[in-house]
Amino acid sequence: MYVEMKHINKTFDGFQASDDVGFGIEKGQLAALLGPSGSGKTTILRMIAGLDMPDSGDILINGIRVNDLPGSKRGIGFVFQNYALFRYMTVADNIAFGLQVKKKPKAEIKERVEELLELISMEGLGKRYPHQLSGGQRQRVAFARALAPNPQLLLLDEPFAAIDAKVRRELRTWLRDMIERVGITSIFVTHDQEEAMEVANTVIITNHGRVEQIGTPEEICFHPQTEFVEEFIDAKYFEAWKNAT
Amino acid sequence: MSKKKQRGYSQDVVGDGINSIQKVMEPPKGRSNRGVKYFLIGVSVLFLFIMLVLPLVVVVTNALRDGWDAYTEAVFDEYTVHALQLTLFATVAAVAVNTVFGVFAAVLLSKFYFPGRQVLATLIDIPFSISPVIAGLVFILTFGNIGWMGDFLYQYDIKIVFAVPGVVLATIFVTFPFVFRELFPVLNAQGKDEEEAAALMGADAFTIFRRITFPHIRWTLLYGVVLCTARAMGEFGAVSVISGHLRGKTNTLPLHVEILYNEFNTTAAFAVSSILVLLAVVILIVRNLVEWKKK
Repeated sequence: MYVEMKHINKTFDGFQASDDVGFGIEKGQLAALLGPSGSGKTTILRMIAGLDMPDSGDILINGIRVNDLPGSKRGIGFVFQNYALFRYMTVADNIAFGLQVKKKPKAEIKERVEELLELISMEGLGKRYPHQLSGGQRQRVAFARALAPNPQLLLLDEPFAAIDAKVRRELRTWLRDMIERVGITSIFVTHDQEEAMEVANTVIITNHGRVEQIGTPEEICFHPQTEFVEEFIDAKYFEAWKNAT
Repeated sequence: MSKKKQRGYSQDVVGDGINSIQKVMEPPKGRSNRGVKYFLIGVSVLFLFIMLVLPLVVVVTNALRDGWDAYTEAVFDEYTVHALQLTLFATVAAVAVNTVFGVFAAVLLSKFYFPGRQVLATLIDIPFSISPVIAGLVFILTFGNIGWMGDFLYQYDIKIVFAVPGVVLATIFVTFPFVFRELFPVLNAQGKDEEEAAALMGADAFTIFRRITFPHIRWTLLYGVVLCTARAMGEFGAVSVISGHLRGKTNTLPLHVEILYNEFNTTAAFAVSSILVLLAVVILIVRNLVEWKKK
């Protein structure tokens, strides 16, 4: 298992956001945390990233317990829901930031930024500022920025929520292909079943702070293990997944 | 799904609201409407004339009524120059202190969660709700000879009350909410995402402030500093109580004006006032430049 959550509990002001959460994700997988709003999926992602601390339980990345490691030492890249691009920095500076704070040599940073701009097909747009970009371009910059320091694990919080419904589908395919190409273990949060089925190869269903089921889209759709999953999942989205692959 | 629909609906309501405002702002067609407009303009202009323009004209004419020589004599008088120096010193000190602590407090309260945030935010606003005279008295009762810390300060020969440190302390107290009050809403609205993103990439607190937070608050901070400066220069009540009015020692410009006026030296009082007016005009210009830059 590359990422493992063991008996994780977390409360916010008396609200149980995580209730004995446990699951594991293999290296190279693209996993979706899927559940209704308030089911605790973002909390799980933030705890893996080190942005929130669990009250009890263990978080393991690559076999190492990371509970006491700061997020910056966990080898992760994080894409925020609204991308959280640094609005007073250019696209190139946004991507370079993580390398600059690690004091990498300038030439190496420049080369890496060029490489990533090419990867996201935004060559020549490095001098733009975030407010000069479209929603889709912003997402791509956020993606490149998260990948810049070569993380081993990519975490994405509702990566498509801020995007126009029309281009969402196109970006979904783009992101999935891109993650496959880079070959990075990834976990993303979504409340959209279609999105989860179409993009992920592992789906984790959450409800009321608990993990209801973990499995492939096929398993989730045709072998629901709990009443909630059976009711929550609509098999028509599985068709979407089949069509997409 | 129904939630989304509701959101759409409420947006429509907001849109209608804006349209209705625009309808009101269209040039009025009826005659009575026009009458109301000119009546309101008239009232505003009259009010501003009586409350602002007239007093300013009085200051300038009275300052110059005994001629230019009398004016310069009053302005370059030894005690006036000293009072100006002290005012500028107290202002710079208070603004420096309040800028640093205002930034600290605003970052703390907008980016970190801890019990008692609300209490702290309320405490910072206290100088707005306390009479400056009372603030001055509080400092005398704390640092004066009969005060709680009186013995301790006497032992180490530290003079605060009726001395320059007291003047500075009083000025700091009266002006400390300004920078915080300007910064807090801006930082709060910015959210924590960008800072969290930077922290996840391994940036330390100072780098995050320098590269993420500061560019965002630059102009707001400057605006807060300008407001704080204006208030600090004009402070009278608290400084009046704690300074002891020692001419050439603890007199600030506003206190000096009062002394001259009480001595029936009206021309000099107005001449010194005109220095404060001039400083106020400079601040007003800077303020407008900053506001324009902020957009």
